[in-house]
Amino acid sequence: MLKELKPALMMLLVLTAITGILYPLAVTGAAQALFPAQANGSLIVRDGKVAGSALIAQNFVGPGWFQPRPSAVDYNAASSGASNLGPTSGVLIETVAKRVEALRAANPGADPAAPVPVELVTASGSGLDPHLSPAAALWQVPRVAAAREIPESDLRALVARHTEGRTLGLLGEPRVNVLLLNLELDQRTSGTN
Amino acid sequence: MDSSGLIQIVLYLVLLTALTPIIGEYMARVFSGGKTVASRVIGPLERGIYRVCGVDPAREQHWTGYAASLLAFNLLGVLLLYALLRLQAFLPLNPAGMTAMTPDLAFNTAVSFTTNTNWQSYSGEAALSYLSQMAGLTVQNFVSAATGMAVLVALIRGFSRRSARTVGNFWVDMVRATLYVLLPLSIVTALFLVWQGVPQNLNAYVTAETVEGAQQVIAQGPAASQIAIKQIGSNGGGFFGINSAHPYENPTPLSNLVEMLQLLLIASGLTWTFGRMVGDLRQGVALFAAMGLMLVVGIGVTAWAEGRPNPAMVAVGADSLGGSLGGNMEGKEVRFGIANSALWAVATTAASNGSVNAMHDSFSALGGMVPMVNMMLGEVVFGGVGAGLYGMMVYVLLAVFIAGLMVGRTPEYLGKKIEAKEIKLAMFAALTTCFGILVFSALALVVPAGLAGIQEPGPHGLSEVLYAYSSATGNNGSAFGGYTANAPYPNTTIALAILLGRFLVILPVLAIAGALAAKKSVPASAGTFPTHGPLFVGLLVGTVVIVGGLTFFPALSLGPIAEHLMTGVVP
Repeated sequence: MLKELKPALMMLLVLTAITGILYPLAVTGAAQALFPAQANGSLIVRDGKVAGSALIAQNFVGPGWFQPRPSAVDYNAASSGASNLGPTSGVLIETVAKRVEALRAANPGADPAAPVPVELVTASGSGLDPHLSPAAALWQVPRVAAAREIPESDLRALVARHTEGRTLGLLGEPRVNVLLLNLELDQRTSGTN
Repeated sequence: MDSSGLIQIVLYLVLLTALTPIIGEYMARVFSGGKTVASRVIGPLERGIYRVCGVDPAREQHWTGYAASLLAFNLLGVLLLYALLRLQAFLPLNPAGMTAMTPDLAFNTAVSFTTNTNWQSYSGEAALSYLSQMAGLTVQNFVSAATGMAVLVALIRGFSRRSARTVGNFWVDMVRATLYVLLPLSIVTALFLVWQGVPQNLNAYVTAETVEGAQQVIAQGPAASQIAIKQIGSNGGGFFGINSAHPYENPTPLSNLVEMLQLLLIASGLTWTFGRMVGDLRQGVALFAAMGLMLVVGIGVTAWAEGRPNPAMVAVGADSLGGSLGGNMEGKEVRFGIANSALWAVATTAASNGSVNAMHDSFSALGGMVPMVNMMLGEVVFGGVGAGLYGMMVYVLLAVFIAGLMVGRTPEYLGKKIEAKEIKLAMFAALTTCFGILVFSALALVVPAGLAGIQEPGPHGLSEVLYAYSSATGNNGSAFGGYTANAPYPNTTIALAILLGRFLVILPVLAIAGALAAKKSVPASAGTFPTHGPLFVGLLVGTVVIVGGLTFFPALSLGPIAEHLMTGVVP
């Protein structure tokens, strides 16, 4: 095997140069030229400052905001993560029960007989899931409307406008981007949260 | 799961099937040394590489020489990657100021990426510099995949050659796989992913001031170029810690479809390549059918299991409500929903890819058992690029051997007599998988340092350990993430299981290739068992399921099956 080491070393170095340096740099160059916004993280700039990324969930606590799904890493976009709790975990069920209770208390306008949408009480895979299903966003409308003192019908229309359908009518699930929804909400009723 | 989920699953299977002959035909031309559409551009580069490295592309190797080249290349690969990970703090392209990996973690990571496993005991955005990601991991993503394809091609030559001494040239097969197959696909895919929203930059991490006035640091980096090859090359190691569940790694349903197709694209195409190169396409189609059958059953079980709500959550008042997503949503992303999460989980473990778009640890007991079983079968349901099909060949030899025993004839496959030597080697490879999974799992369950990583005691804890060593031995790399693997004991033993599962399969397979190549071809007669019909497909699936099933059933019944019986019982 010793006589194999020289070609092996040369191969490793040459292929490192091609696939580890040239390839990523070439893709970076092309990406920056063709799709600069996406290549730099789909950042949202407000008043000259970065307010977040359109793809990354950020935390919203106040009752006047639509709230994203729970995050196991507290929306830390420099260290994504999940709970990884199994289906029979006592910790998981306890956590979910607590979230249900908290949401019920914060959303007196929601139908107390109906269940709380399960996606609102389960942590997402990435901890940074930017989306809710339209139904889970609509479930929060009475609370947001009351906090901002605007008619529920306005908010429903806003959610409807922010609803993306399945891609090509087929792929994925219908969804609402919570950050983009809240940004528009903020623009319309700024300062009243 | 509703009808839209079913439609997406069917669409996926149709697209995969349609792409199989296209990529398969192309790869057959690449590995036969023929000209392709890309030859004019890549040809000069390829010849330049051979010249610089002092390799004579016309000089073929005996299987032992082929194996020696492969081992030397992999050994140096581990060493270089280890050095890079240990020294990253002193090297350029480290805007987030990452420090050196610990020795056990660097060993684990270097072994894991060199063997096409991509088990990750770390979280990319919190542990690796951009240089480590590019010049370290991305490189091994390419060449480990190319290594697997090279071994398969050598084995195919074993079947197609007669009375031959050599099985090909490792350097040529590996370089051609990289330059003609992996690199062009990766470039196109990476740009597609950027268009969909995957970052590709060398910027420092961005600090955002959120709408509510908090600070949020957002990781950046050359993600798309690495994500493309990790999907294509059945590697699976995420640029970001949470892999393709991360909205930067897999931002849209469209990116998800493309990434899912690439989980299986090459492995599936290689069944066609196999048929073409042995001169009988029906043989490749039969293998595709056997793999496809097992894949579809797995998808069915997991999609059904994940679509059902967790009864314990319903009991505390959480469920689907008027069109909100239902089913088991812990650890899943809204844009993918249940169907795409279940489909991905089965495809990524069938493929020995191991990237994830949902957390397998939080799957229902049965939904999470399917990925585990895929790995326990030895990653042969399409499997890793090259590795899946050469693994399946081990089962093929066992299947024709069993068929031969039943009728009392010397078994044959593709005109080659399968004799005691080949069967012993095949059994050795098959037993390696069992040994790696069961012995290392058993050890981890009696050693305090192994038990320490378990997040949840009980059946689920057993599943976490079983999953870890199945993933390592199968060179898959996905995890039940609750198991804390970043400690010296799990890092080291997982790396050992990975090495075992990689090289103690590759070596017997190459030995089989050499033995077969040396044999004469026997013409098919009336007594030859046809290996392209439904009967053979059934026999092959039976062999895979019985060898895998009987070996692991006791462990599975104490893990996921016991947990399934406990589900809904509120503790």
